[in-house]
Amino acid sequence: MRRAGLIAPLLVFLLLAFIGPVVAFLARGVEDDAVAPAFPRTLAALADWNGQGVPGDPTFEALAEDLRAARAAGTLNPAAARLNTDRSEMRGAIAAAARAVADPAGGPARDAILRADPAWGESETWGAIRRAAGPWTTYHLLAALDFKRDAAGAIHSDPPEQVVFRTVLARTFAISGLVTLLCLLLGYPVAALLALLPWRAAGLMAICVLLPFWTGVIVRSAAWMALLGHDGPVAGALSLFGPPPALLFNRFAVVLAMTHIQLPFMILPLLAVMRRVPRLQWRAASSLGAAPVAAFLRIWLPQTVPGVIAGALLVFLQCLGFYVTPALLGGGADQMLAYFIGAEATRSGNWALAAAMSLVLLGATAALALVAARPMRAAMARSA
Amino acid sequence: MKTAFLSVPGALVLAFLVLPVLIIVPLSFSTGPFLGFPLRGLGLRWYETLLASDFWRQGLENSLILAAGATVCSTLLGTPAALGLWRARFRGRGVVMGLILAPIVVPAIVTAVALTLVYGRLGLTGSLAGLIVAHTAMTAPFVVITLLAALSRLDPLLGRAAAASGAAPFAAFLRVTLPLAAPGIAAGAAFACAVSLDESVVALFLAGPGQRTLPRQMFAAMREAPDPTILAAATLLAVLSVALLAAAPLLRRRAG
Repeated sequence: MRRAGLIAPLLVFLLLAFIGPVVAFLARGVEDDAVAPAFPRTLAALADWNGQGVPGDPTFEALAEDLRAARAAGTLNPAAARLNTDRSEMRGAIAAAARAVADPAGGPARDAILRADPAWGESETWGAIRRAAGPWTTYHLLAALDFKRDAAGAIHSDPPEQVVFRTVLARTFAISGLVTLLCLLLGYPVAALLALLPWRAAGLMAICVLLPFWTGVIVRSAAWMALLGHDGPVAGALSLFGPPPALLFNRFAVVLAMTHIQLPFMILPLLAVMRRVPRLQWRAASSLGAAPVAAFLRIWLPQTVPGVIAGALLVFLQCLGFYVTPALLGGGADQMLAYFIGAEATRSGNWALAAAMSLVLLGATAALALVAARPMRAAMARSA
Repeated sequence: MKTAFLSVPGALVLAFLVLPVLIIVPLSFSTGPFLGFPLRGLGLRWYETLLASDFWRQGLENSLILAAGATVCSTLLGTPAALGLWRARFRGRGVVMGLILAPIVVPAIVTAVALTLVYGRLGLTGSLAGLIVAHTAMTAPFVVITLLAALSRLDPLLGRAAAASGAAPFAAFLRVTLPLAAPGIAAGAAFACAVSLDESVVALFLAGPGQRTLPRQMFAAMREAPDPTILAAATLLAVLSVALLAAAPLLRRRAG
């Protein structure tokens, strides 16, 4: 009981200040609550429409009634804004139709609406309304991967020239994978050296690992900006051999700086595992005639696999969500997923798409963590 | 033990790790107008700019207020939670730990956008209070895990010894557990402070013009008009966080 009283304040605070807001935001990615309040009759009339051609007269009458009621109730604008994210002519089509049917005694709705905007003669216009019925939707998640449903409900990829987010996702995975690989190649010998050297000699080297680990991401991004800038030392050294290439605002700068930032996260888990490998085995291998490199490859390497998986996973997952370094050092056309989440939310105001992209990011993170958990446990069990 | 074949690549990588951090220090004392070498001369020109211009001075002040506020709040919330979780076995402990660690696991950009949306509705954006709440949530997990690590090294018999010697539970806590935990609490607070000082993504999204922090100003300056003041700010932040984070393990060692 006393324990509960000690833990509860933090838990309640986190639920209110962090977990609640994050869940509420992520829910935006699968919610669809703007269209149903404005178009209840239309949605009811569309329920058994087959998605082919244009729905019948009763649906047009229902739409006319909905448009009049929604305009009066103020629910039309949010609904039109939501539908406009699906098909960019919807806001105009809805406004035109609403004007055309403003007078309830103005004759048959079908003719008036079709005259107001030809978009109402297309099945996809009606499909957009029906797939926004809510309360839950896969629309934003599909959009975050450049997919879309047609009026009949089948999923299609956007045309190749409109595919954006799959390219971004592939780029994010490619950069994260390259950084992880570089961290492993650079980090492994350092971790092995730190684990094998006597403690006193390793101490100074450990400081070389901890010093960058302790300085923050923004500080190290600034350091790389100075290092790689056109007045910086790297450009200065390269200019001895001719005009230096552009070192900043490209993927090279992003990968280099991210590798530098993530390297301690690779070295520290590797070191934790390597410290547990018995040194006697190494000595036994050597006394049995194995060359150092052979002893390293046959005795040492296999036992450090859990550290490799843990470090690689940690680095890769952190890279997937990176924002600051690519935003500062990367090219404008070469940004990673996190940049687009921020831009969709604050620049485009499309919180639902930002939330769906966040769900994709968190989903990829969780899936990878689960996939890696099994081989890691197996490797741990083998080495224990 | 033959490690010679490791020492050359190892030394090169260690240089790669440490040199970029060290290089900002001389560059920040340059008196030239560029981010780079050759140094025109050594002086405090850019540190004077850091303290003299409103852009930078306000950033520094906001960062210090924010870090102090978030550290106090996250220590006050995190310390009892860690004491409650210490050697506790109850159903759902994993879930509770998962919830407490969530702010570390969720990518900063997701946190930033989510808090901008929800805090905006609550009128908490564009206020230092909102940033303190956000940073408290983001730093409290570090207080809990640092203190739990420190507590795990304490002798569990000490509390019982106090009880056996006739101390009431609260007195035993005040006279035995708390003094022993104090270095761990201080280490957790130092950790929280360092994390808050360096945090840029949430500050970037949540802060209004009046709450801009030093990392946020560094971000803006790097995007718009990079000058060596950025490196003076970076050196200042680096010295602060290295001091805080180097102090943390030393404090914890005293506990053990």
